[in-house]
Amino acid sequence: MSDKIIIALPSKGRLMEQASNLFDEAGMAIERSGNARGYFGRLSGYDNVEIRFLSASEIAHNLNSAEVHLGITGEDLLRETIHNFDSSINIEKRLGFGPADVVVAVPDSWLDVATMADLEEAAQDFLRIHTRRLRVATKYINLTRQFFATKGVTGYQTVESSGATEGAPAAGTAEIIVDITSTGSTLSANNLKILDDGIILKSEAVLATPKSPGLTTEQLQVLRRIVDLL
Amino acid sequence: MSYRTTENLAALTKVQDRILRLFAGTGYERVAPEIIQPADVFLSQSGEAMRQRTYVFTDHLGLELCLRPDVTIPACRIYLKRNPQANQLARYCYTGPAFRFQSEDAGPGQPREFEQAGIELLLHDDNEAAEAEVLGLGISAIETAGIRDFTIKFGDLSLFASLIDGFDMPERWRDKLKHQFWRHDALDDLLNRLSGTKKITTGLYDETLINQLRSRDETNAIGIVDAYLAHKNIPIVGRRSVGDITRRLLNHVADLDAKPLDQNIVSTIKAYLAINDSPHQALEKIRTVATAANVDLSIALGAFERRLDLFEHRKINLDKAVFSAEFGRNLEYYTGFVFQLEMPGEGIAGHLAGGGRYDDLLSGLGALRSVPAVGCAIHLDRLLNCTSGLEVS
Repeated sequence: MSDKIIIALPSKGRLMEQASNLFDEAGMAIERSGNARGYFGRLSGYDNVEIRFLSASEIAHNLNSAEVHLGITGEDLLRETIHNFDSSINIEKRLGFGPADVVVAVPDSWLDVATMADLEEAAQDFLRIHTRRLRVATKYINLTRQFFATKGVTGYQTVESSGATEGAPAAGTAEIIVDITSTGSTLSANNLKILDDGIILKSEAVLATPKSPGLTTEQLQVLRRIVDLL
Repeated sequence: MSYRTTENLAALTKVQDRILRLFAGTGYERVAPEIIQPADVFLSQSGEAMRQRTYVFTDHLGLELCLRPDVTIPACRIYLKRNPQANQLARYCYTGPAFRFQSEDAGPGQPREFEQAGIELLLHDDNEAAEAEVLGLGISAIETAGIRDFTIKFGDLSLFASLIDGFDMPERWRDKLKHQFWRHDALDDLLNRLSGTKKITTGLYDETLINQLRSRDETNAIGIVDAYLAHKNIPIVGRRSVGDITRRLLNHVADLDAKPLDQNIVSTIKAYLAINDSPHQALEKIRTVATAANVDLSIALGAFERRLDLFEHRKINLDKAVFSAEFGRNLEYYTGFVFQLEMPGEGIAGHLAGGGRYDDLLSGLGALRSVPAVGCAIHLDRLLNCTSGLEVS
């Protein structure tokens, strides 16, 4: 059992601003301890609540291990990070901000590839001609594998990418990418196109709780009240 | 299972000894394949289902390695190392651990670290005899551990291939259909597209370009595609060449103009895949399906029949055997006859042993000639779970 209810909020960027606005609008004030860059905080009026400011992907990890009892992060990161997503996490609310689609994109020059089925055929041809598999650069390895499997695409290998994934095809480190996009403009600037049936997930920021949070009945009631206010 | 109890370890050692003695007694040489293997070999030969469950890591030199998820590929790599010409008959047996990722809620029959025993029979020139030998030994191996009430499941990928080869359709459609055999949804989708039941989406294809490519030869078409990309200011990124792209575009044009796949062919394929019966009845049903569709399967069915005769000659009891046309095991290197020995009602935990023919694997691993190969692997931890409480005779 945890002494305190831990709420995790994104520590930087637009997502942080929008998350704190959400609490403001619900009439709950967040006080950052120490200076404005501190990583801990309090929720005024709730002595037994601790706020932690973490990166969006740490929030996903900590929800999975139930070290965090309520968190705001992207659905894409939750689904990528948590292996048994449906049995371990509740999405309490979809928040309507931080929209991002996780998509499969291939070079514009691949005039012969419009669908995932085309991609598989191109991949099989590539394997025959070049005796290697097409490389997919992504930080969403698990989402990629699951999605490609449901589409019957097998002729690929993943290459882990930690940043600037959209540059991988031009840099020659991969042929295809799986990445997030909100407007698609970064993709087209890099001469990439999204496949017709290549949208893996329409993601946005969500309010999430672990299914087994390890809290007392009283703490759960407080947590429920906060969720309802938001 | 997080660790082995003393009793479990004793039982495992006993079963390993018995099985190895059985294999050695029939001329199988014991080999000790390495546990740590290069990752790319597995990723490219085993297919996606296995890939998702392979533990892959990078060592201090930056090499991509894995813990072997199966012992067949490591054993075949030993064969090629010893015999680079790949021209000698070999009978190998082994026992040792293999590793597969399992989610936390996986049942007790699916430990992520498990003991496997097995045999590989390489370059035997009589296919059906080799298959009967391997199946017979696999059965003897689980019987020597005390298992009795198991069932045998068969499949045959070469029958499916022969059926597809017997229909009138472009060669590239045949390749696509054979390729999707393991993925039922993708196969259905493909059949729907080829038969015109589902229209091919054209959202990203440029119709003008497609029309320009109609009835052009390859060289000519490559020139057109090159000019098109230059005109539109589209750079070539990734390693697919203009030639690669153009060849598929020409296939796409040919597909658009081809006569759709006959609905009778689609229903024959589906009728075939639905066959699930005792081997002799399945044989008759396949014959009926083929005759009705006017496809000559006599060579493949002759092999099927001879195989059954050889099984019976080896006293393999087929009373509890089932032939399932859609059964291909989840490893994409299988090319022909496949089998699984199962304890009924146990689910995956009851899949005690399995194997089959994998004629393309050794060339995939670098052999310069094709090496006919059949193997069988036994999941010793499942075997022990099913024998606990049994008096091991």
